Amino acid sequence: MSKDIKIKKGLAIRLKGEADKSLSNAPRSRTFAIRPSDFHLFTPKLVKKEGEKILAGETLFYSKKNQAITFSSPVSGTLTKIERGPKRVITGLTIEADQKDTFKDYGVKSPESLSSQEIKNHLLASGCWPFVKQRPYDVIANPDTAPKAIFISGLATGALDADLDFVLQGKQKEVQTAITALSKLTDGLVHLTVAKDSASMLSEMQHVVLHKTNVLHPAGNVGTQINKIDPVNKGETVWTIAAQDLVIIGELFLTGKYNAERIVALAGSCVKAPKYYKTRIGSEVATMIYDSGLNHENVRVISGGVLSGDTISPKQHLGFYHNAVTVIPQGDDYEFFGWNKPVFNKISPSRALTFSWMQPNKEFELNTNTNGEHRAFVVTGNYEEVFPLDIYPLQILKACLVKDLDAMEALGMYEVAPEDFALTEFVCVSKQPHQQIIREGLDLMYKEIG
Amino acid sequence: MGLKQNLHTLKMKYKGTKMAPAFNAIHTFLYLPNETTHNGTHIKAADDLKRTMNMVIMSLVPCLLFGIFNAGYQYNVQTGDVTKALSFFSTEFWNFSNFTIGAWKVLPLVVVSYGVGLIVEFIFAVIKGHEVEEGYLVTGMLVPLIVPVDIPLWMLSIAVIFGVVIGKEVFGGTGMNILNPALTIRAFLFFAYPTWMSGDKVWVTGAVDTVGQPDAISGETILGSLAQNNGFGDWSMMDQFLGFIPGSVGETSKLLIIVGALILILSKIGSWRIILSTLAGALSMGLIFNGVVNAGWVTESSKFFGLMNVVFWQHLFIGSILFGAVYMATDPVTASQTNKGKWIYGFLIGFISIMIRVFNPAYPEGVFLAILLMNVFAPTIDHYVLEGNIKKRAKRLKLKTA
Repeated sequence: MSKDIKIKKGLAIRLKGEADKSLSNAPRSRTFAIRPSDFHLFTPKLVKKEGEKILAGETLFYSKKNQAITFSSPVSGTLTKIERGPKRVITGLTIEADQKDTFKDYGVKSPESLSSQEIKNHLLASGCWPFVKQRPYDVIANPDTAPKAIFISGLATGALDADLDFVLQGKQKEVQTAITALSKLTDGLVHLTVAKDSASMLSEMQHVVLHKTNVLHPAGNVGTQINKIDPVNKGETVWTIAAQDLVIIGELFLTGKYNAERIVALAGSCVKAPKYYKTRIGSEVATMIYDSGLNHENVRVISGGVLSGDTISPKQHLGFYHNAVTVIPQGDDYEFFGWNKPVFNKISPSRALTFSWMQPNKEFELNTNTNGEHRAFVVTGNYEEVFPLDIYPLQILKACLVKDLDAMEALGMYEVAPEDFALTEFVCVSKQPHQQIIREGLDLMYKEIG
Repeated sequence: MGLKQNLHTLKMKYKGTKMAPAFNAIHTFLYLPNETTHNGTHIKAADDLKRTMNMVIMSLVPCLLFGIFNAGYQYNVQTGDVTKALSFFSTEFWNFSNFTIGAWKVLPLVVVSYGVGLIVEFIFAVIKGHEVEEGYLVTGMLVPLIVPVDIPLWMLSIAVIFGVVIGKEVFGGTGMNILNPALTIRAFLFFAYPTWMSGDKVWVTGAVDTVGQPDAISGETILGSLAQNNGFGDWSMMDQFLGFIPGSVGETSKLLIIVGALILILSKIGSWRIILSTLAGALSMGLIFNGVVNAGWVTESSKFFGLMNVVFWQHLFIGSILFGAVYMATDPVTASQTNKGKWIYGFLIGFISIMIRVFNPAYPEGVFLAILLMNVFAPTIDHYVLEGNIKKRAKRLKLKTA
């Protein structure tokens, strides 16, 4: 059943400021925050009130639609601030952390001796469930559906992504425990994909089907792997989970604690000493950024990678699903005759007086400038060169824009997530927001077809 | 950075007003804007539409320069001021006299085409409040290259207005149009003023004015001559390849069109699939006609014989099939948008072009009609290509449920 994947269509984006493979402890953050916007389409219902004490791993809120799905606090402390947006929707929760964490104990359990339902309940109660996401729609998995398979990507191929082999070092036991638990949740298979020549301990995992792939981005995207291994059909569901979150789930079973610790890559050309930090979900990113220092004043701080992360300010916090913080120069300046002069310092998939094709190993220092204005779709054929899925990218984007549900469904909307369109967005000559278009399309389908 | 700051202040001052798009068009011509990404990808590739269009224009410049010299050269050859050029770098061709006569004729076409077209674009941008789009930069360059050199400027103006408004703006601007705007302009001229667009009097400057005089200038093209079963005339294959022949302004030099095609393909701007398949389509139609002649079904007395008997590969050197394949068929907006569809689309363009050329001696050049026709059918081709993908997905589901 194991399958070798070969991705030919893609783009390696090499950027300056890759994280050095050394690990430091990030200074403990004073405040922690959970942004409900990380959990797309989920409306939170609070369990705790403002000013209440909370333990690490204790339930903060649950999903309005499905009360079984709970979200836990990454630290122990006091819930100090609840921010609300329009219609009093909760947009942010801030926790002032204690000096030291006290954990809520969920009890040591062995996944081998538990039934599928017991494992599910354990994950739901402890707040580990939100790590499990599903396709279609790229949202938190619905625990009541039976997935046909579970996919785990064991490699990261995006620019400046955290190296999973490094991040998972020494966590073999946790990862194996988590995989064993997950394998009981599906009647189908657990697919784990690793790099072809990787010596990662992931290739020794039990209870999975191991696949090998080359490392051309987007081979590391779980969406690419699903499409190549066992694509999602209408009416089917697959679950996906990020490799670094397996550690948290594994620890829950081994120690009984929801330990939201995460190793994060601090990278980007603006960081003085890019490296890895041990920190927690929801901690203030300034703790890391000021520890390693910046060599630039006008910067963009991103929770996540340059291709699909969220813009934040240094005072804001690490996103729930992110294992990288990237800092790149802001590009809010004009460039004289920037549209026709030869370009040597930017990446381009074409050769229209752009010369990145002559320097395949150069690490570029890209900023956030769009390099042009927003236009209607004009150029064709360039998305296909970086899009390995068996889907027509331009046509599905247009179907989303005109809200044609039938076409969206027929063209493969059930298989995609916004991150799959990150590369097409990067190369887009018309500077269209592909990921946003796909997200809105998925939201519409969820609402209409659900 | 005085200019940069001043322009930025002006931009902020007029932001949101009616005239903002007009100002921005000029501003972004000077400076790459200071826009930054929001969420989604935080970095973007270096290419934008302006750069892409700029590449196409640059690939057209050699054709334009050659066209200017050739306009003068064709006139001077007939009046006897210069002798026939024998090699590509011959001074009989590249001389000042040819240039001045040609420039005097061709540059007004360029100015009118860009001037009128851009005014229309600016008006629409201001009325509809969108940015001025780059599409016309290429169209404006193409138009002077595909018309006869003596076309009156007022005709060109009317055609450009028609082409931009009906061919593009009514559909919503660049990226939304169904028909290639440059070809829409040419088609308008062709059907509104046929005497200025075809026949044997319009392809060399001065030919119309001297009709009936003893030293009349012949304005006939090879294609016209062939259509009347008169053979290739005085022009050798080399003349045709290098471009020392009468024809529309910019489409005579096959050599420079090939250079342009290489620029487009190597810079990954033009679709090599379309160019290649168009040529393949033209060659196969040519082969079929050669076969018909060889089989003896069509004899020398037939009025189709002249063109049918042209050796299949020579079709590529006559008329504007090469120019059409490289610069017109490859327009991404009006071509097929799927890679598979591009093969079919291109092939049919080549195929139909030669068919029209042979069977329609009244309008011997069929390339632009073929491309316009296929523009209309491109969405249909794409539909069937997509259908293949959709069926595959449906089949996958069926296998699962069965």
